[in-house]
Amino acid sequence: MTSAIEINDLAKHFGEIKAVDGINFSVKKGEVLGFLGPNGAGKSTTMKMITGFLTPTQGSVSVCGYNVLEKPIAAKASIGYLPEGAPAYADMTPDSFLKFIADIRGFSGKAKKDAVISAAERARVMEVMFQPIETLSKGYKRRVGLAQAILHNPPVLIMDEPTDGLDPNQKYEVRTLINEMAQDKAIIISTHILEEVHALCTRNVVISRGKVEFDGTPFELEAMSRYHNAVVLTVNSIDNSALAKFVGNLDFVAETEVLSSGQGIRVFPKDGKHITINLSEKIREQGWEIASLYAENGRLDEVFRAITTKNTAGAK
Amino acid sequence: MNMRNIWFIMKREFNGYFATPVAYVFIIIFLLLAGFSTFYVGNFFARGEADLYPFFSMHPWLYVLLIPAISMRLWAEERKSGSIELLMTLPISVFEAVIGKFLAAWAFTGLALILNFPLWITVNYLGNPDNGVIFTGFLGSLLMAGGFLAIGSCISATTKNQVIAFVISLVVSLVFVLAGFGIVLDFFSSWAPQTLVNAISSFSFLTHFDAISKGVIDMRDMLYFAALITIWLFANALIVYARKAD
Repeated sequence: MTSAIEINDLAKHFGEIKAVDGINFSVKKGEVLGFLGPNGAGKSTTMKMITGFLTPTQGSVSVCGYNVLEKPIAAKASIGYLPEGAPAYADMTPDSFLKFIADIRGFSGKAKKDAVISAAERARVMEVMFQPIETLSKGYKRRVGLAQAILHNPPVLIMDEPTDGLDPNQKYEVRTLINEMAQDKAIIISTHILEEVHALCTRNVVISRGKVEFDGTPFELEAMSRYHNAVVLTVNSIDNSALAKFVGNLDFVAETEVLSSGQGIRVFPKDGKHITINLSEKIREQGWEIASLYAENGRLDEVFRAITTKNTAGAK
Repeated sequence: MNMRNIWFIMKREFNGYFATPVAYVFIIIFLLLAGFSTFYVGNFFARGEADLYPFFSMHPWLYVLLIPAISMRLWAEERKSGSIELLMTLPISVFEAVIGKFLAAWAFTGLALILNFPLWITVNYLGNPDNGVIFTGFLGSLLMAGGFLAIGSCISATTKNQVIAFVISLVVSLVFVLAGFGIVLDFFSSWAPQTLVNAISSFSFLTHFDAISKGVIDMRDMLYFAALITIWLFANALIVYARKAD
């Protein structure tokens, strides 16, 4: 067994609606899989099936070698799950709530105490341990949910929008926590915050309309962008349109555009290649003075839009 | 079936009653109504007998009204707050959750029932009652409460709305009580065959509780309540299993 999570041909239909429509992927220990997709793409539904909350219409999920349908208790024991919105028992305090979770997770005595304290410390909820959960801020509620999910140090961690609704500092803390745990766990986080792709993930799966549209590294995802390795160039000696004309004729350039701000031009390379060195040489050969020249990363939002809307254009 | 899990779920649920004023309000109302019905409706003093029959005979009616208030939150609240997703993704079985919650509600009802002990002291002070009969009465009342709770728990699992759970549980409970009531049976006995009348009557809480409350322990009455609780809780588990995510 190499993969901690194996998903085979998984589907969930609600009547006519195919919320999840035959998806396959797997997650290994040490991977943080960013599960991306627009709202309603089937991210939460998939996570609910992995954690055994929803029964799939077809296909199978195995977690740490346990089929979730056949061995639900063993599979659930190896999963830490933060459901969407981090539901908890509102009238309990984090202290009693986490103790309840520890009880159910099989801890007792000193081990139970240690597990609760450790989870509360890592999720940074120690200072609110004895306030009713319903009185806590959204950020604290989310972190109580997180503490609950990591309490038993599970080999598999599944988090549905763990940073949704948090302020930038809280997001940073949650991401730090996830990165700390990443090495010895298989983690799936769903998000539609694209900056988290780089901040957190070692791999991305993009789903749209219940189907996997992309499965690869964040770098590969970025490389799909038109802007990947595009160069923004500003030259003092010559006006932009003339520059664009000259650069456009170079053999390694696919296309150029004059920036609407008037601050130089953007050069799109052929086949997404690195062209900064070649380009600067050619400019210098002309005796022009380069004011600035830098390569762009891919634009995730553009890639995201391209991947998740490509079917809508063709459909009806 | 893991007893530890049942115990932890029961403990959490039981404490949950006391996290809000609901528990205290319920217990006070229960004691007031039990006392009122015993003395005024049941004519505790005028009967001149040292027993708690007037107290116990009112319980079916009290329970119809009050038990749905205890059972309505069991599952409806889990659904409404979304915590059912948390509960059902913990390494426990649906049956453990259903039984744990039911036992918590039952223990809570038992506590409310036991808090009527001043009445027991009173009757012992005033006369020489048969405490065996009184004990049987408590036991029977508790069993019957379990029946009402199982109905209420099952119905609570069908909705997110506690008010709906309350109202439907009340109506279903009422049907189970009234099935043995004279007026209902008279209505059927005028035209229906006697076997049907007996069948309807045998489904009634009243029929089975009346004997127990008088101190008569009949295995059939015990079995009736045990079977009733089992069937409703089984249905409860099926509903939770099939519709937990709805």
